[in-house]
Amino acid sequence: MAREATKGRKAVTTLVAWGIGLVIFFPILWTVLTSFKTEVEAVNPHPSFLFFDWTFENYRTVNERSDYFVHFANSSAIALGSTLLGLIIAIPAAWSMAFVPGKRTKDLLMWMLSTKMMPAVGVLVPIYMLARDSGLLDTRTGLIIVLTLVNLPIIVWMLYTYFKEIPGEILEAARMDGATLSSEILYVLTPMAVPGIASTLLLNIILAWNESFWTLNLTAANAAPLTAFIASYSSPEGLFYAKLSAASTMAIAPILILGWFSQKQLVRGLTFGAVK
Amino acid sequence: MGEIVLSKVMKSFGGVEIIKGIDLTIADGEFVVFVGPSGCGKSTLLRLIAGLEDVTSGTIAIDGRDATDLPPAKRGLAMVFQSYALYPHMSVRKNIAFPLRMAGLPAAEQQRKVEAAAKILNLTPYLERRPGQLSGGQRQRVAIGRAIVREPAAFLFDEPLSNLDAALRVSMRQEISELHQSLKTTMIYVTHDQVEAMTMADKIVVLNAGRIEQVGSPLDLYRSPANLFVAGFIGSPKMNFVEGAEAAKNGAHTLGIRPEHIDVTADGPWSGTVGICEHLGSDTFLKVEVAGVGTINVRAGGEVPLHHGDPIRLTPQPDKFHRFDSAGQAA
Repeated sequence: MAREATKGRKAVTTLVAWGIGLVIFFPILWTVLTSFKTEVEAVNPHPSFLFFDWTFENYRTVNERSDYFVHFANSSAIALGSTLLGLIIAIPAAWSMAFVPGKRTKDLLMWMLSTKMMPAVGVLVPIYMLARDSGLLDTRTGLIIVLTLVNLPIIVWMLYTYFKEIPGEILEAARMDGATLSSEILYVLTPMAVPGIASTLLLNIILAWNESFWTLNLTAANAAPLTAFIASYSSPEGLFYAKLSAASTMAIAPILILGWFSQKQLVRGLTFGAVK
Repeated sequence: MGEIVLSKVMKSFGGVEIIKGIDLTIADGEFVVFVGPSGCGKSTLLRLIAGLEDVTSGTIAIDGRDATDLPPAKRGLAMVFQSYALYPHMSVRKNIAFPLRMAGLPAAEQQRKVEAAAKILNLTPYLERRPGQLSGGQRQRVAIGRAIVREPAAFLFDEPLSNLDAALRVSMRQEISELHQSLKTTMIYVTHDQVEAMTMADKIVVLNAGRIEQVGSPLDLYRSPANLFVAGFIGSPKMNFVEGAEAAKNGAHTLGIRPEHIDVTADGPWSGTVGICEHLGSDTFLKVEVAGVGTINVRAGGEVPLHHGDPIRLTPQPDKFHRFDSAGQAA
């Protein structure tokens, strides 16, 4: 029997959901609002919510002081590069785990996931030294390699769950039809898994875009992405909340817009396979 | 050409023997049906021939060439799966053309062959559709189309009709038989449905628990089953098995009598009571409790005026008796 949703209960649930949503979103909203305030207004102990003198001054200053587009280009290159490299490695890996599993496949998957449980700072020194000695410090290539490795477990897991949903008989049919392993993956598996690959791609771009530990520690100027751009406005410049907020807003805007337009795809990807 | 020879083929999965030493020769152009209850290994045997599974021991030769270690693509066989296994993201045209594309045929040649196959299978109006937009029967025809364009040495069918409804199954069965008559290519067909086996096969291979019980033409198996398993599996309704005094009187441990070989007569030696009576119009299936013999299935004529509880006398036809020894082998 369908559960009776009374009007009252529905209203309360809606209200609570909006409440939680606002609490989660509030820091971002506050940052965006602060970016339009003057520095004096930003540190006002009695802040006003909407009724202040709106100004674009902070954005102008931030753009004059540092080159947003260089950082934007770095962020894009790192996010896209690590995602594409990750997919190239993860698609065959997930294929073999999903369709020709061995005795230890489950253990291997768990082991891959367990690497995500280790604190990143634990390997900071060795990775920093490796990057320095191989000349990859403060280069896009270095960051692409590190972020690919950091996010690879998640990409493999997501693709694995997707591929598990694809009937093995279709791949066997391709094999009978004379497809080699690479054409089986290229012409049959990948097109069928496009929704899954797309949401994996989106999620990984977001993860790579927002990654700040490695991007801050392995870059200085040349390859610094938007995370470093924000960070440069925190301590050395003193407490300039409004400018920091303007920098943050500019850094998160692209990924927020991307996330907004792809939210359906993302939700579908993350819940795919939960019900048949 | 498509002669397939299996010698001493065995297959185990993790220590469990599924196929226990199969020797079988399938002649070129033959329509062979593997039949048996579920779990008897018939699908596994087909997959071994296809190359989708590796044999544990033994050899498989196709056209006199050892194919035991060849990958599926190199065996020159085409397979039609139970689930159709069409490529959902490709149109019917692209589905059928896929094996040709993999073989690197020129595009014009591909199109010519696809059009020809579509014409044979009445798929021409649907060439631009996706599999999701087709009915079950049409999807199965696309799967067959994808198999025939390759001009394979042999076709392998893995229970291809079991997802179709009863009426469609009968017409697709006839289509596949006609296809075999026109192509004259070796076909191996797996089914658990003995009606499909009897109607389509040149040769039936009855499998049970990973072994071949008997190989023969449909009527050979019907007329002279080698053992109790084959006797019980082939024929519908099932053969009656009588043991005890009645069997001993006829010189057998178990006496097999098919339901159609028992006549309803006024003065028959077996007297009993009608239990269940199924009137199909063309036939009447009776379940009769016979004193001293047991429950006996009888296939009587078209419109027999009998009902539940009626007394009845039966005469089995002695020349149609099947006699089995205590080991269950035909005596």
